[in-house]
Amino acid sequence: MPENKKLLQVKHLKQYFKNGRTITKAVDDVSFDIYEGETFGLVGESGSGKTTTGRSILQLYNPTSGEVIFEGKNVENLNKKDEKLKFRRDAQMIFQDPYASLNPRMTVEDIIAEGLDIHHLVKNKEQRRARVEELLETVGLNKSHASRFPHEFSGGQRQRIGIARALAVEPKFIVADEPISALDVSIQAQVVNLMIDLQKKHGLTYLFIAHDLSMVKFISDRIGVMHFGKLLEVGPADDVYDKPLHDYTKSLISAVPIPDPEIERNRKRIVYDADKEERDGKKRTMHEIRPGHFVRCADDEVAHYQKVAESYE
Amino acid sequence: MPERVLDVKNLKIDFHTYAGEVKAIRDVSFHLNQGETLAIVGESGSGKSVTTRSVIGLLARNAKIMGGEINFHGKNLLDISEREWQKIRGNEIAMIFQDPMTSLDPTMKIGQQIAEPLIKHKGASKKEAWAKALDMMKAVGIPDAEERINQYPHQFSGGMRQRIVIAIALICEPEILLADEPTTALDVTVQAEILDLMKDLQKRVKTSIIFITHDLGVVAGMADRVAVMYAGEFLEYGTVDDIFYNPQHPYAWGLINSMPTLESNTLESIPGTPPDLLDPPKGDPFAPRNKYAMKIDVERKPPFFKVSDTHYAATWLLAPGAPKVEPPEEIQRRWKKFKLMKENGQIQN
Repeated sequence: MPENKKLLQVKHLKQYFKNGRTITKAVDDVSFDIYEGETFGLVGESGSGKTTTGRSILQLYNPTSGEVIFEGKNVENLNKKDEKLKFRRDAQMIFQDPYASLNPRMTVEDIIAEGLDIHHLVKNKEQRRARVEELLETVGLNKSHASRFPHEFSGGQRQRIGIARALAVEPKFIVADEPISALDVSIQAQVVNLMIDLQKKHGLTYLFIAHDLSMVKFISDRIGVMHFGKLLEVGPADDVYDKPLHDYTKSLISAVPIPDPEIERNRKRIVYDADKEERDGKKRTMHEIRPGHFVRCADDEVAHYQKVAESYE
Repeated sequence: MPERVLDVKNLKIDFHTYAGEVKAIRDVSFHLNQGETLAIVGESGSGKSVTTRSVIGLLARNAKIMGGEINFHGKNLLDISEREWQKIRGNEIAMIFQDPMTSLDPTMKIGQQIAEPLIKHKGASKKEAWAKALDMMKAVGIPDAEERINQYPHQFSGGMRQRIVIAIALICEPEILLADEPTTALDVTVQAEILDLMKDLQKRVKTSIIFITHDLGVVAGMADRVAVMYAGEFLEYGTVDDIFYNPQHPYAWGLINSMPTLESNTLESIPGTPPDLLDPPKGDPFAPRNKYAMKIDVERKPPFFKVSDTHYAATWLLAPGAPKVEPPEEIQRRWKKFKLMKENGQIQN
């Protein structure tokens, strides 16, 4: 566990989308902190709001309400231009689809150097080229790739280009939105290992968004579980995975296929009834059940969850 | 000996592209036993989809069959006319596609789509077919079937659509069901439901399944037998226990090792990328990425060596006199487990 300095605080974040007359509550009152140097994994099914949460943090959407505090400053109220620019530099994103996230008409050099240009990090062409080549090598690509176009690369290589682009401006924080789900199994491990190496080398902090629970558990220090726009459970990765409190987390874990026939033959699936929690109309907030392990519940449910936690001892 | 419903021999398929001939399937042989599920695992571009599409006569126009046989009921499916295909396709051999969003007709009520194969193949009247479609919808677990039979695909979620696709594929009770990554586009909880449903229906309809996926976890839960495919070839095949607990080909080791498991704290990746099939490698296609590769791997293609009655692997490591190599830790752990299971009589042969 890294030392307890909060790099990012998300407080009561709400992101609603108007869709004609209906309002979609994509993110509905979500709060969590991310500590410096850690990887925070956000898991959930499609439509759970995990991607929207990542995008709202980076101000790719204007949050409906709530606060995003990065290094002690509310990123929504950054008034001065240089403050805004600094946040844009410190917080970067790696996108899910390596086929759609690289401009097909730009060379790899221009894609990677775009941030360098915007933030005036290089003085001349030679420096720019040298920095791009350095970045390409950092992510395991070849110097000579700089002058090529995205279509000349495989999915795994493209994702490396996306990572190089994010790294170019020396960020502190990277939102990685399903960075491996479009890749083949043998390539997924390559990209995950690269991300772990880079984190160690550059002291990066990650928000790792994914639906693949086993991979999230592998890379994350802490995990948050989202469902229908709400954060249901947060805790250390091993605790959430091995000692889940919320029924939804249990159902999610019980559905993950394990590459072991014997385990699969004996698998018991737990089914979660989402309506049950919605119908009773109780007010639910995050409660700390074990040190650092929170679950979203009503006041009178705390005792129940404490019992669940004890049952693992 | 179980009865074979399908026997594929020495299948070779090329694709004609502007860059040249892509040798997508390079001498693949396998069979499918009555009532079993055969999983073909491999990465994108390994040829697993092409192999199954050839079994249902749905290859792209630029595909060229370069040799081989696909024997089904004494007929070679590679020789039959499109008219004969239309009697088999959707009737005796059916397919579930990967993407439930695009494999249904958006302008047809789903009742009609489920009933259509019965009218076409079994000569059922519209009324009969409609009634059977309703039963099938209930069987695949679509709630309020009476009402929803009149709805259109866009009114269903991804998981429900995949249930409909399964209903269409199984309504004629096909002998062979081809499932091409049927759950890859779905969430894990929905995936688990669909897989349970498929297992359940397989028993009821008594169909044999060829299941394609890149997800080893899904394979472990679904397959009776597994074939590992790479660069247009099979590298190893055996029962699900053979492949998961006693894998022999370094590519199979690499695949298993690159998945995070509960016990392991490291993630071993396979370096490099699969070979370009415009100019396929001469020897073992995995050799360039294989840290256990020997000189002969690059020069000569290994034949299948017998591991047991059910288990074969094409790697020179199994040749008599080959050097003993130490597989990754995770694989050694699995080998130990295999030995133990054998001693306990959990595994025959």
